[in-house]
Amino acid sequence: MQLTQRSKQVVHKEMTFMERIYLPAILKGMFTTLKHFFRRTNTLSYPKEHREFAPVYRGWHVLKRDEQGRENCTACGLCAVACPAEAITMEAAEREKGDEHLYREEKYAAVYEINMLRCIFCGLCEEACPKEAIFLTDRIVPSDYVRQEFIFGKDMLVEGVEPEKRIDVTKRQRHLVEHK
Amino acid sequence: MIDMILLYDFALFAQKAGLIVVVFAITLGVAAYSTYGERKIAAFLQDRLGPSNAGPWGLLQPIADGVKMFTKEDFIPNKSERWIYILAPGAFIFVALMTSAVIPWGTRLTLFGMDLDLQVTDINIGILYIMGFVSLGVYGIMLGGWASNNKYSLYGAIRASSQMISYELAMGLSLIAVIMLSGSLSLRTIVDQQTGFGWNVLYQPLGFILFFVCALAECNRAPFDMAECETELIGGYHTEYSSMKLGFFLFAEYINMFISCTVISSLYFGGYHFPGIDPNWLGGLMGPIVLFSKIFFFIFVFMWIRWTLPRFRYDQLMHLGWKSLIPLAILNMLLTGAGVLLFEG
Amino acid sequence: MTPYIFLTLAIISVITALLMVLSRNPVHSVLFLILTFFAIAGQYVLLNAQFLAVVHIIVYAGAIMVLFLFVLMLLNLSKDTEPQKSNLWKISGAIASGSLLLTLVGAMRGSIAVQSPEVSDPGVGLVENLGKVLFTDFVVPFEIAGILFLAAMVGAVLVGKRDLKL
Repeated sequence: MQLTQRSKQVVHKEMTFMERIYLPAILKGMFTTLKHFFRRTNTLSYPKEHREFAPVYRGWHVLKRDEQGRENCTACGLCAVACPAEAITMEAAEREKGDEHLYREEKYAAVYEINMLRCIFCGLCEEACPKEAIFLTDRIVPSDYVRQEFIFGKDMLVEGVEPEKRIDVTKRQRHLVEHK
Repeated sequence: MIDMILLYDFALFAQKAGLIVVVFAITLGVAAYSTYGERKIAAFLQDRLGPSNAGPWGLLQPIADGVKMFTKEDFIPNKSERWIYILAPGAFIFVALMTSAVIPWGTRLTLFGMDLDLQVTDINIGILYIMGFVSLGVYGIMLGGWASNNKYSLYGAIRASSQMISYELAMGLSLIAVIMLSGSLSLRTIVDQQTGFGWNVLYQPLGFILFFVCALAECNRAPFDMAECETELIGGYHTEYSSMKLGFFLFAEYINMFISCTVISSLYFGGYHFPGIDPNWLGGLMGPIVLFSKIFFFIFVFMWIRWTLPRFRYDQLMHLGWKSLIPLAILNMLLTGAGVLLFEG
Repeated sequence: MTPYIFLTLAIISVITALLMVLSRNPVHSVLFLILTFFAIAGQYVLLNAQFLAVVHIIVYAGAIMVLFLFVLMLLNLSKDTEPQKSNLWKISGAIASGSLLLTLVGAMRGSIAVQSPEVSDPGVGLVENLGKVLFTDFVVPFEIAGILFLAAMVGAVLVGKRDLKL
């Protein structure tokens, strides 16, 4: 029975004189390694250089704000429903008077938690979101020693107000639009 | 002989002492940077980068390694033979360093009006002196492996010593052919007979291959690194060693490789002679430059072989040594003898 | 200067030889014996016999002692397995070696006329001269020694063969 086309029958034939003196085979092998000596390396010196992430990469989630710095999320709960791993929980609250600069709509998420140990980074939450509030970014979820630390609250998810603390998701957005 | 040395005037003594210090420093430097070269060449042969963080292109890596070696915990196993355990690495590196005394590094150096002989001592049995110290090199390995009181160390030591004894024979026999051609045991004479294209390798191709293979085995380099064989013996004879004692062992291996390459270039490739280049150029500095470029080439070949060939199995090693190399060396000796009788007699 | 070097080497060789006999651990004995060989090689150099000195080191220290060490390392060196010699053996050994010592001393006594190395020809130990002497004046003992070695080698191969049918 033959499992693959590449399998070879092992033969124990007597070696010829040229094979027995080893030297031709050794020279052949050394020529092979010498070819690699002049080949370009594929190594990336990692902490100094980073390899670019593919647009399909799905990492650490971000809760976006709009241009005026107001949170997009209205705690509709569609992401939690869409989540196959049941990683997302939230508590909704009504916007108080004077908080208009913080939240875009009248309802907002007072608590928004993603359990990063449950999350499978499938990206269904961003597809479900009607407000373009949640996106998966190309950031890697940091490691920790305690399980408790992997439940990311709003402090870990919502992006900052200042322009330099905003997280760029345009690449991801374009990718999502192209594939819908 | 001792009397003669003592009768030399003080200036000559100072010259020789200076030369010894310089040769010592160069040997250690080359050995240190061989570790760097080994890692870089291994990396390039495997499409990697190699050490690149310490200094530009990782050039300070050997210094970082040395600092690491010195500051690591110096550990002596509880049930070891304490004194022999301490003695072994020292003996190994001492023997490795002693061999450089008889090597002619160049003709004469004229620097600042001084005339310097670029050989520490030209004794008339130079090549035998080297063979003697090479044969003593096995003690460091054997004692280290035995004194560690560890079965893997002992296995490594036994493999290393039986390998070195076996390959010394073939090495000596292939050497005899060269001595028959040159009619002298002095390295200076052997080198000076190979001016222009008269390299010994052209008259002794088989002898050169035999000597080269034996040199690989004597240095415990791959494909004959039975003594260490990381995958089976976890480092072999220096399994139990740490800190600078381990450093001594590793260093001595690189010194051995450097000396082997020097001896190969001196015996078979004309030493400091190269066709079209006079070793007396640049005030005599051209000789050492030529010799060292040959040495570095051979060090590269040693490393190239290490990162190409897999290790021999132990019985294959003994088979090759006793049943192939020694008969071939004897045949080579007989052929050379016949040739010498025919053409020079 | 030479007498001092000679004396130093002689004292070293005697002390290390004694230590070789007296030390309990056989591996230490081997190491002391190697030191003795080095001291003796130094004496050869003093006698202008550099070739002999180096060959002495290569053959004895580099090959024979390595084999000794090799065998010793594979032995179990614990105290329990060491065979205990009875007093009778010890006494007979002392008598035998004592009479050998007496014979040697007696043989040496009459013939103390050692030539000082300064007087002898400095080239006497060179390879060329040694070779010439070996192949002319002493060719018969040299060849006999060669035949002896050949016989020993053949014997070793025969003993080493496992299924020996005589």
